Amino acid sequence: MTVNKPSSGRESASSKRRAALLAGCAATAALALTACGGGGATGTTTKDGFAQAPQKDGALTVWVDATRVEAAKLYQQQHPNVKLDIVTYDGDANGSNYLQTKVQLFNRTGKGWPDVVFSSQNNEASWAVDAGFAAPLTKGLIPSASLGKFASGANDVCTVGGTVYCLRNDLSQAVLWYNAPLLKKFGYSVPTTWEEYQKLGEKMAKEHPGYLVGDAGDSFTPEIYLWASKCGANHITGPKAVSVNTSSEACTKMAKLMDVLIENKSMSISGVFSTDFGKNKADKVLLMPGPAWYGGALFEGTFKTPAKHIAAAPIPQWQGETSPSTGNVGGGTWLLSKHSAHIKVATDFLKWVTTDNAYQGKKAPGFPAYTPAAETWLKGQDASGYFASDLSALKAASSQVWNGWGSGQFSQEAIWAATVKPGLTQGKSVVSMLPAWQDSIVKYAKSNGYKVSQ
Amino acid sequence: MTLTHSRAGSATRRRRGGARQSRAGMAFVAAYVVLLIAFGVLPTAYAIYFAFTDAGGRVTGFTNFVTTAQDFRFLDAVGHVATYLAFWLLSLVVFVVALALLLHRLASGSASKALRFLYYIPGALAGAASVLVWLFMLDPTVSPVSSLLGALGFHTFGEVIAPGNLPLLFTIIAFWTGAGGWIVVMYGALNNIPTDVMEAARVDGAGAWQTAWHVQIPMLRKWIVYMVILAFAGGAQLFVEPQLLSLASVGVAGRDYSLNQLTYDFAFQMNNINGAAAVSVELLVVSVSAAAVFVARSGFFDAD
Repeated sequence: MTVNKPSSGRESASSKRRAALLAGCAATAALALTACGGGGATGTTTKDGFAQAPQKDGALTVWVDATRVEAAKLYQQQHPNVKLDIVTYDGDANGSNYLQTKVQLFNRTGKGWPDVVFSSQNNEASWAVDAGFAAPLTKGLIPSASLGKFASGANDVCTVGGTVYCLRNDLSQAVLWYNAPLLKKFGYSVPTTWEEYQKLGEKMAKEHPGYLVGDAGDSFTPEIYLWASKCGANHITGPKAVSVNTSSEACTKMAKLMDVLIENKSMSISGVFSTDFGKNKADKVLLMPGPAWYGGALFEGTFKTPAKHIAAAPIPQWQGETSPSTGNVGGGTWLLSKHSAHIKVATDFLKWVTTDNAYQGKKAPGFPAYTPAAETWLKGQDASGYFASDLSALKAASSQVWNGWGSGQFSQEAIWAATVKPGLTQGKSVVSMLPAWQDSIVKYAKSNGYKVSQ
Repeated sequence: MTLTHSRAGSATRRRRGGARQSRAGMAFVAAYVVLLIAFGVLPTAYAIYFAFTDAGGRVTGFTNFVTTAQDFRFLDAVGHVATYLAFWLLSLVVFVVALALLLHRLASGSASKALRFLYYIPGALAGAASVLVWLFMLDPTVSPVSSLLGALGFHTFGEVIAPGNLPLLFTIIAFWTGAGGWIVVMYGALNNIPTDVMEAARVDGAGAWQTAWHVQIPMLRKWIVYMVILAFAGGAQLFVEPQLLSLASVGVAGRDYSLNQLTYDFAFQMNNINGAAAVSVELLVVSVSAAAVFVARSGFFDAD
């Protein structure tokens, strides 16, 4: 700004003014440099397991995605004495890395971190701890009694080295969604094993071509099918260690099942959020294995499926399988910043937003990770009258998510999308692409500094 | 006396006027130089410093360059950018020159004006916005030209954005966005060819094709070189198109398709700012070297 003034064509630019111009420019350059140099907090106090910034009054900055704005606004309503600065961002949807990108920049400039942040990705703790952003929650901030009421394994994605660094917002356990009136009309029954599921898909392809028993076109496809089949493609065994094996029987038998159903077109490869699916296939869904949030977000929200059509059943199991297992697709997390100057209020917000019935039990769109809130939520869903059955399958599945699949720093969804999805479009089989998938996971894991065992 | 005074006065005024103009000119140039230093040279120097140091500021020599070059995505990204550049530069030179010559043939009348305006419109759209327009164009489900896509065998978005199609798609998007402005520039350059030269060509019996090939294109050479230098630098920094396509296709197009995307990934996904700086410096060296070769070979700065 300063530099433009002298060049505005005034008649006589004195040497003083030129000197001022140069000084201004030098200052601009110096500012540009110091801005990149970063700054450090002084006067920190070690408490609750980390060095806390000097605490002061002021607005609590909360970053949320569009869906979670309601939560922040409700907190504001119930706590009128708290000054809240609600900032909306993409919530890292589709692994956008917005939060990570911003935190890297804030770490350099030494300011700007939000106090509390929601993310729709459940692998945020894997980098946020390394980046010195996420505050440890189990060293004084959140009592263990509260943590004990979260669903079993819900906060595994937030745990690094035995310490919890974030709280899970919702669970995304997969179940088998189905169109109850359509199933009745076709005279079929809900499959309980994967073998029955495949047979039903084959039968339906002959009797009712065009209808679907599933979709394999999304980047989270492996999390629905291969995770549920206990395929060890993504077993995070340590903070920077992963075991990858896509050639086990658990992987190949599910891949073969998918290939049969893709071949006879009873399993789509479009992706449930694609324009193609919305336009041509949304009303052709008979069965659809998918996460808890499919009920509200996909069927009711995106597909506008009428009420009393969609019901949930347990996800099929392989015949002879003794321990039921399912996969998981996302599930949001809330993180508290180590740099917060409002730790007390921030902690209160964090506790409220993850556990309070006012939001989690009554308003949240997804299955709450906090068990008492989940009970209220399920009652609310039943009372809403949208679903054709009760959603007890979701409750059962919440403790059946297979723990052999983790949340590493590299995105499994991005790897599947870039490696397997283009091949599916070209007509390649999933089985034939398992080695390429393995190779890609290993490369990305190593590139992110993981020790890989195969 | 009066006359002398008057002459002397006017000379002084001229000198003063000249000095004022000179000072004003200096001020404008100085402002530009300062901005160039603050926002061009210093950040570049900062990036070079980053490229040769580690996160703790210790000098590491070429370690960052070696580490990033050994990343499994690096050579792929180099290949992708090289393929795209070949498609993009070739199409730019051939079609821009051809369209500018055609436009020049239509020189008189409102058709030429209308066409120049039309050519320029896509350039007025911001880069990201034009890519978004193309995302709709390329999705057979919503595209206004879905029948054309269907005739070419594309029925889903996934089929259109298959990895093998990407260099061509990026070229089409970049051409649509950026070529219009160059056509207008070339048209201006064609207008600057003296009429007697064109007249002489016609008198000598040269047809439209011969005039274009032997007179107009050689006289456009410097402009073409200028366009290639800038297009090369811009093309080597391919980012917005693959990044948006990657988001729209939920990752199918790949988040590390181009070198610049890889740089972004190093910086913000893998927290390796120094590695990212190393790749940026490599891009800078390649672009500057290519520009130097073009300038040297074409005599770009030779006075006429």
